[in-house]
Amino acid sequence: MDGFPILSLMMAVPMAGAIACLFVGANSARWIALIATLVDFVLGMALWANFDQSGSGAQWQFQEYAPIFGKFAWALGIDGIALMLIALTVFMMPICIGASWNAINKRVGEYMAAFLFMEVLMIGVFTAQDLYLFYIMFEAGLIPMYLIIGIWGGADRIYASYKFFLYTLLGSVLMLIAMMWMVHEAGTTEIPVLMAYNFDPHVQTWLFLAFFASFAVKMPMWPVHTWLPDAHVQAPTAGSVILAGVLLKMGGYGFIRFSLPMFPEASASLAPLVWGLSMVAVVYTSLVALVQSDMKKLIAYSSVAHMAIVTVGLFAFNQAGIEGAMMVMLGHGLVAGALFLCVGVIYDRLHTREIARYGGLSINMPRYAVLFLFFTMASVGLPGTSNFVGEFLALMGIYQASTWVALVCTTGIILGAAYMLYLYRRICYGEQVNADAAAMPDLSGREIWLLAPIAAVVLWMGVYPESFLKPMRPDIRALEARLAPAAPEGDSKIKMGAPKPAGEAHHEEVSAPSHSASGEAH
Amino acid sequence: MIQLIVLLPLLAAAIAGLGNKALGKLPAKILTTGALFISCALSWPIFISFLTGEAQAHVTPLFTWIQSGSFDAQWALRVDAMTAVMLVVITSVSSLVHLYSWGYMDEEPDQPRFFAYLSLFTFAMLMLVTANNLLQMFFGWEGVGLASYLLIGFWFRKPSANAAAIKAFVVNRVGDLGFMMGIFGTYLVFNTISIPEILEMAPSMAGSTIGFLGARFDTMTVLCLLLFIGAMGKSAQLGLHTWLPDAMEGPTPVSALIHAATMVTAGVFMVCRLSPMFETSATALTVVTYVGAATCLFAATVGTVQTDIKRVIAYSTCSQLGYMFFAAGVGAYGAAMFHLFTHAFFKALLFLGAGSVIHAMHHEQDMRYYGGLRKSIPVTFWTMTLGTLAITGVGLPLVGIGFAGFYSKDGILEAAYAAGGAGTGAFIVGVFAALLTSFYSWRLVFLTFFGKPRWTQSEHIQHALHDAHGHGHDDHAHDAHGHDDHHGADAGDGTGGYHPHESPWVMLVPLIVLSLGAVFAGFLFHDQFIGSEGGIAFWNGAIAFDSHLMHAAHEVPTWVKFAPFTVMLTGLLVAWLSYIRNTDWPRRFVATFSGLYSFLLNKWYFDELYHFLFVKPAFAIGRFFWKFGDIGFIDRFGPNGLAALVVQGNKVTRRLQSGYLYTYALVMLIGLAAAATWAMTR
Repeated sequence: MDGFPILSLMMAVPMAGAIACLFVGANSARWIALIATLVDFVLGMALWANFDQSGSGAQWQFQEYAPIFGKFAWALGIDGIALMLIALTVFMMPICIGASWNAINKRVGEYMAAFLFMEVLMIGVFTAQDLYLFYIMFEAGLIPMYLIIGIWGGADRIYASYKFFLYTLLGSVLMLIAMMWMVHEAGTTEIPVLMAYNFDPHVQTWLFLAFFASFAVKMPMWPVHTWLPDAHVQAPTAGSVILAGVLLKMGGYGFIRFSLPMFPEASASLAPLVWGLSMVAVVYTSLVALVQSDMKKLIAYSSVAHMAIVTVGLFAFNQAGIEGAMMVMLGHGLVAGALFLCVGVIYDRLHTREIARYGGLSINMPRYAVLFLFFTMASVGLPGTSNFVGEFLALMGIYQASTWVALVCTTGIILGAAYMLYLYRRICYGEQVNADAAAMPDLSGREIWLLAPIAAVVLWMGVYPESFLKPMRPDIRALEARLAPAAPEGDSKIKMGAPKPAGEAHHEEVSAPSHSASGEAH
Repeated sequence: MIQLIVLLPLLAAAIAGLGNKALGKLPAKILTTGALFISCALSWPIFISFLTGEAQAHVTPLFTWIQSGSFDAQWALRVDAMTAVMLVVITSVSSLVHLYSWGYMDEEPDQPRFFAYLSLFTFAMLMLVTANNLLQMFFGWEGVGLASYLLIGFWFRKPSANAAAIKAFVVNRVGDLGFMMGIFGTYLVFNTISIPEILEMAPSMAGSTIGFLGARFDTMTVLCLLLFIGAMGKSAQLGLHTWLPDAMEGPTPVSALIHAATMVTAGVFMVCRLSPMFETSATALTVVTYVGAATCLFAATVGTVQTDIKRVIAYSTCSQLGYMFFAAGVGAYGAAMFHLFTHAFFKALLFLGAGSVIHAMHHEQDMRYYGGLRKSIPVTFWTMTLGTLAITGVGLPLVGIGFAGFYSKDGILEAAYAAGGAGTGAFIVGVFAALLTSFYSWRLVFLTFFGKPRWTQSEHIQHALHDAHGHGHDDHAHDAHGHDDHHGADAGDGTGGYHPHESPWVMLVPLIVLSLGAVFAGFLFHDQFIGSEGGIAFWNGAIAFDSHLMHAAHEVPTWVKFAPFTVMLTGLLVAWLSYIRNTDWPRRFVATFSGLYSFLLNKWYFDELYHFLFVKPAFAIGRFFWKFGDIGFIDRFGPNGLAALVVQGNKVTRRLQSGYLYTYALVMLIGLAAAATWAMTR
């Protein structure tokens, strides 16, 4: 698909904005950042509108190629999966800038530059078609996040940023080694070619584990999840939003782009490991979330539980599972982001994340209470919201592979309801016990403009998810086909019994009319 | 037309809810109530057209919901006889409850929110009953759960209301786990979630086996039981019932609409809707019968000793749902649906009546502080009496004329007897529960409306009297006047000078309309619902209607027909003796059987057991995982351990960084040699 290099432009706009932000005053920096992210949002929507959704197999669109040196090239291109994640990124970015509008007062230019630079890198991750280019984007994403936590974070920010860095770096070293071996073996750095390359199944296991080390940390999966609560707690609001909203999705994107298609046999043989870790994560982190007294920590732990649904969906090796995983990623990106914004709203007013310091906010902040309730319910996975679609499909997918995993992971809907409603009750319901919390004003216009668009998209995704599923369908179908030979057998194996004795005759009249028979209104 | 019925309440809820205070109380009330009355007016013609046999089942497709491979869930509105029954139940009770709430919630500042929730609930319930696939049913299922959560916790300042709301949601989610697993399994087996397609294919899967959780089971039994767990949660069956009594924390109109007439019957609806599927698994049906019978008995026993008027009715609801389930379990789906239908009217009536009593008694809910109210609130008294006559199944067995419950409950008992097997046990339990039903229902009436007033001990009444003297607050100007007149004059007769007032007409009209239902619903519709001929024509395949069983139920021995009648009279007699004739009997009973009494009073200790088994461990384990798993283990040996290692390592490397040029030269040389070796050997 030759033509206008829209992907490069989408990276160039925030890059230019980032550089400009470094040299101007605080207020100009804010406006530059907002405009740059909004322009990118418009470009992202144009990308979506021009994306050809009619394909039947995996297809790459908007490809760009410029060799740099050796095999290394500036190779970009997207498929439906990447498109959706890019849409999520460009949608969340202006909201992050808006959330930082008043909350950030020191080094505003640098802060905005860091955010814009991160947008460049995130779009880079989702568009890269060159293995090394992906690696650079993927790992460089650490740097602005590290700075955002380390400079604009809370009291314990240094520890949190080191922990974040240590964890994520460890995995990436192994991934780099694996990538070098792969390039050496396959003789190309092009991701689409590598996705169809059949590596020796023995080597696959090692390659899979090397990539797994990196993606599992990014995801994050149990037990390498402990950086996330600390990072979230210390990060400024917008940092948490982008962390939960987009950065966590890089792990899932890694699985779907690299681990599954490049190492299908190893993925299948190691699937029980992934299932096991995910099952533990759902139950373990949900229970931990239940006892948190810090709002951000609670939501951070809930993120780990939700991300575990993503991994079981991906490793269900069927279309429903993978589509569900993608929908959970998109839905969670919106909902967890919105929940962190909700936390930020009251944190900005009272400067504490301690749940017990709030209470009865429905009385003095009714608008806030409505939106917070909406996102709470979305997080709980109520049908009609984005998260339900994803969770349902992912769990339905895994049921076909293993009923045990499905059962354990579905308990997440009970535990999720428990910790989220318990949180909501302590913040918004009850009497106003704290005078300062009772004096907080309701949402400002700016805050409504941050939350309401997310709410609208969450609802849209919940009621008509077809808009989001359709662009991804051909690519996921291709992935399923790629995985099919290796996919593990389900444990449901139906065996037909003897034909039914004739005693059931009197139920013959039961055959209800087919639902397609008559469609006219009454 | 069906689109209007379903979507009007949603529209009204959205406008009233989002408009909230900006919109104002009156517009919000007019909008929501008006929408519901239109829905109701549109629903009855549909029901009547099914009664006369003119209408055929049809589906109105809307648009795609979730599509993934062969999985295809569409938004669509299905109307058949089942839906038609539910449409009239839901819209009639809902519109009356909306109207009733004008009076009951009059002093409430937050009215738009309340009415928006009510309408939202109605929308979700309508989506549930018009579902053409399991997923849309689940959407409605969760939607009514949300509305129930919001309405139970409507008075969100009250800690008990919040706790009850969360409990309702979470316990229902346990059932939902089963429902979801059931959908997954159904899709796996049938490759579709469209209800008609599943029902068509279900018989072909009978006798097959399936792997589930590492073992092999009968396919249809697994699917039916998983779905039934969902039904148990929503319909508060034994084991998952604990949320329903607590749900009485919500405003009384909510209890009438959601926790009596409509939402809690969703489980029964589901089993009946999927009846051809349940018919393929005898094991599943047996389980349904036993669970229903057990709930029926359990709730009835607990209901006999409760003192909170709403809790008595709540346990009564729980018990009546048990009847519906064992009716379904023995294959009498028509009878189950019929009892659902009649129960909606008389139970909503009883709840709204209780609300009227509570309204008159200044929010006092404890029946120990009632008494002698029949003269002060006569309309409430008479309508509640009609409701009680209906629920206890008053009627003449041989003539076949009686109140609504007479047709439906006796129909269930006769069908259970006729079915035999597990049905025989259910019949015995059901008859005994009917005795208890009669007892606790009349106990409620006698304690509330008869005897001498016992109002002075009530704190609420004390407050009312105090308020009336301190400052006649605006809403009660006329009340205050009344209190002033008589206070002091007749203290000592148990009234404390308090004068209960009959509720306003907006509350009485719903009571009167519902009592018409309680009186005539059985007589008018029994042939269509459970008649062995009429049933086939009416249901027309919407449920697995068993004409033979219904015929057998009509032919049961006379003593079977008289059994419910006899126990009904016995229960009435015992209640009359204990609460009117010899009012010290209850006290003596408690003294003699204190163990049994506290066992019943504490609801068989289910709450305590669950708290001990689930709630406390969940928090304890969560804390353990956090403190010892995350912090004590993963962090200690993970990042923090690594950091410590790095610090140690630094001490070593510091020695290498000596600053002497020759050390660096040496290291460089070693490095070069190694690189050269590698380059040459590869």
